Amino acid sequence: MTKQNLFEKVWDAHAVGKLQNGQTQLFVGRHLIHEVTSPQAFGMLREKNLPVRYPERTFATVDHIVPTNETQEPYSDPLADAMIKDLRKNCDDFGVTFFDTDTGKQGIVHVVGPEQGLTQPGMTIACGDSHTSTHGAFGAIAFGIGTSQVRDLLATQTMALGKLKVRRIEVNGTLNAGIYAKDVILHIIKLLGVNGGTGYAYEYAGDVFDSFSMEERMTACNMSIEGGARAGYVNPDAKTYSYLKGRPYSPKEEDWDDAVSKWESFRSDEGCHYDDVVKIDAADIGPTVTWGINPSQAIGIDESIPDPEKVEIQDRSSIEEAIEYMKISPGAPIKGTPIDVAFIGSCTNGRISDLEEVASQLNGHKVKEGIKAIVVPGSQVVSKLAEEKGLDKIFRDAGFEWRFAGCSMCLAMNPDKLIGDQLCASSSNRNFKGRQGSPTGRTMLMSPTMVAAAAITGVITDSREVFSA
Amino acid sequence: MPLEKISQVSGSAVYVPGDDIDTDRIIPARFMKCLTFDGLGEYLFYDMKFHENGDQKEHPLNDSRYQNASVMVTGMNFGCGSSREHAPQSLYRAGFRAVIAGNFAEIFFGNSINLGMPCVSVSNDVRNSIAEWVGENHSGQVLVDIKDLKVRAGDHSFTCDLRPGARDSLLNGAWDPLDELLEANQAIENINGGLAYT
Repeated sequence: MTKQNLFEKVWDAHAVGKLQNGQTQLFVGRHLIHEVTSPQAFGMLREKNLPVRYPERTFATVDHIVPTNETQEPYSDPLADAMIKDLRKNCDDFGVTFFDTDTGKQGIVHVVGPEQGLTQPGMTIACGDSHTSTHGAFGAIAFGIGTSQVRDLLATQTMALGKLKVRRIEVNGTLNAGIYAKDVILHIIKLLGVNGGTGYAYEYAGDVFDSFSMEERMTACNMSIEGGARAGYVNPDAKTYSYLKGRPYSPKEEDWDDAVSKWESFRSDEGCHYDDVVKIDAADIGPTVTWGINPSQAIGIDESIPDPEKVEIQDRSSIEEAIEYMKISPGAPIKGTPIDVAFIGSCTNGRISDLEEVASQLNGHKVKEGIKAIVVPGSQVVSKLAEEKGLDKIFRDAGFEWRFAGCSMCLAMNPDKLIGDQLCASSSNRNFKGRQGSPTGRTMLMSPTMVAAAAITGVITDSREVFSA
Repeated sequence: MPLEKISQVSGSAVYVPGDDIDTDRIIPARFMKCLTFDGLGEYLFYDMKFHENGDQKEHPLNDSRYQNASVMVTGMNFGCGSSREHAPQSLYRAGFRAVIAGNFAEIFFGNSINLGMPCVSVSNDVRNSIAEWVGENHSGQVLVDIKDLKVRAGDHSFTCDLRPGARDSLLNGAWDPLDELLEANQAIENINGGLAYT
């Protein structure tokens, strides 16, 4: 039998047929929706008088627009209020399960899927959100789609897609102390560029990914799209199965062994073909921070902001544009850059292990006066777990605000926004111009621990120097 | 209703310089609080076009000479970032019917083709030549020929690129795949029933 990688196996198991335009009609076994990219799709279904083909394969939650400081409806923002009510009605009318705000299960769609056991190896998963690649951490092929494709999935459970190539990215060796999954993925994007992954799915592998927890794998897969790759995955293993065991939508005890052997069968075959292989040495990865306006504009904490005069001519204008927007100086060290806001949360780094890791280090440290620091758990489940462990108290005592679950200041569709040209040390995934709600707001991406270190010192800091003391 | 067969798009053009123009720039997230795509044209490139106090910035889309443009010419990796269809929708609803760029981010490209808005790639040299021509011929017609994969501007003809599948779907009026997807009724049911998970 031909040796195949996981991507090819999952693809073949879900291919309905070839379309006229040469793309594949791909069956998507799990469809996740939220309030921002689904209302127009439901509108199109109503217009065409089409039902939802398999409502049991779609799950909804509300995340982008939910306020994190109020739970009472109507929300202060009438547009946000209209959106949550519209989603509620659509789910009701079409028979879709909705993890609403009163279920205890609401949260960021990419946090909710895995924690409910909806995300499993060998699946195809799609959602109208580019960070759907997160679910690839389980050995699923998961990708972001536009609203027309949300419509296609609701109506047919299938969509048109061209087959992707597969690039294996191996990170071998051992990470230095104080280096996190976020540093690894920022490093990968820095090396391969923001569009280096165009046309590819990334298979993450090697010692580092083998030793990562499921949540660390999710952090890395989450940002695949920031490197241009539509999907990113890790082959499933014992950690994957152990994470899934006993979750609400995971296979039940009597079906468990069958499920695991099926999941195992999706693993990439030894010696299978890859379209490209990249090898990275874990020892080369340090605490990594973005300085610019796309996630590949990143440097190690001990490095300096690039000087446009000293780079290749074709890179000059984008560096100049970024430096001007960020109001930073060429050649200056990134360390010591003053911040105004610290944000811990998002589908990249809003999970329980992220919060535990930071809380375990706070240890009497306080947020520097004048810095606004907020922690937004990725879901109600994360929030409850954290509160049971007393993490909320640790964060509050240190001077962080403890909020309700949602996407919050990652993209600022809710009231959590930067003001003016505030600079935010952020555990989120995008540092685009205006991303955090103010057209002149500035974002530096980093691990949650680095965000906490910046909150404490008031400047971009090597967390190892703050927390080792 | 059969879809329009799109073999060429023509109109006056505007050059929006810059590489890696992301979806947050094309349509800032705060304007996605909407239940339909209808009004999105108004917010296209909003923060690039306006200061926070509402005053206009210097931007090609604020230049009265390009007000009727329906072809956008721009840089590398256009549309990177979010999967939001709001981005191509805002272009379309602002009157754009084709984009010429160095290349495109994947999801943005697919979303645009789905709307019947061709996105063709050109080399840097070609892009610069088109941009220069557009700067001298503000209301001159730029023709994007999907069939011959050419961009024509005045006496010039440039080579452009469009993935074969996307090109065929535009030429055949099959750029919105829903009807074809619906036809595979039984094959869909077979996969649904045969999967190891529900």
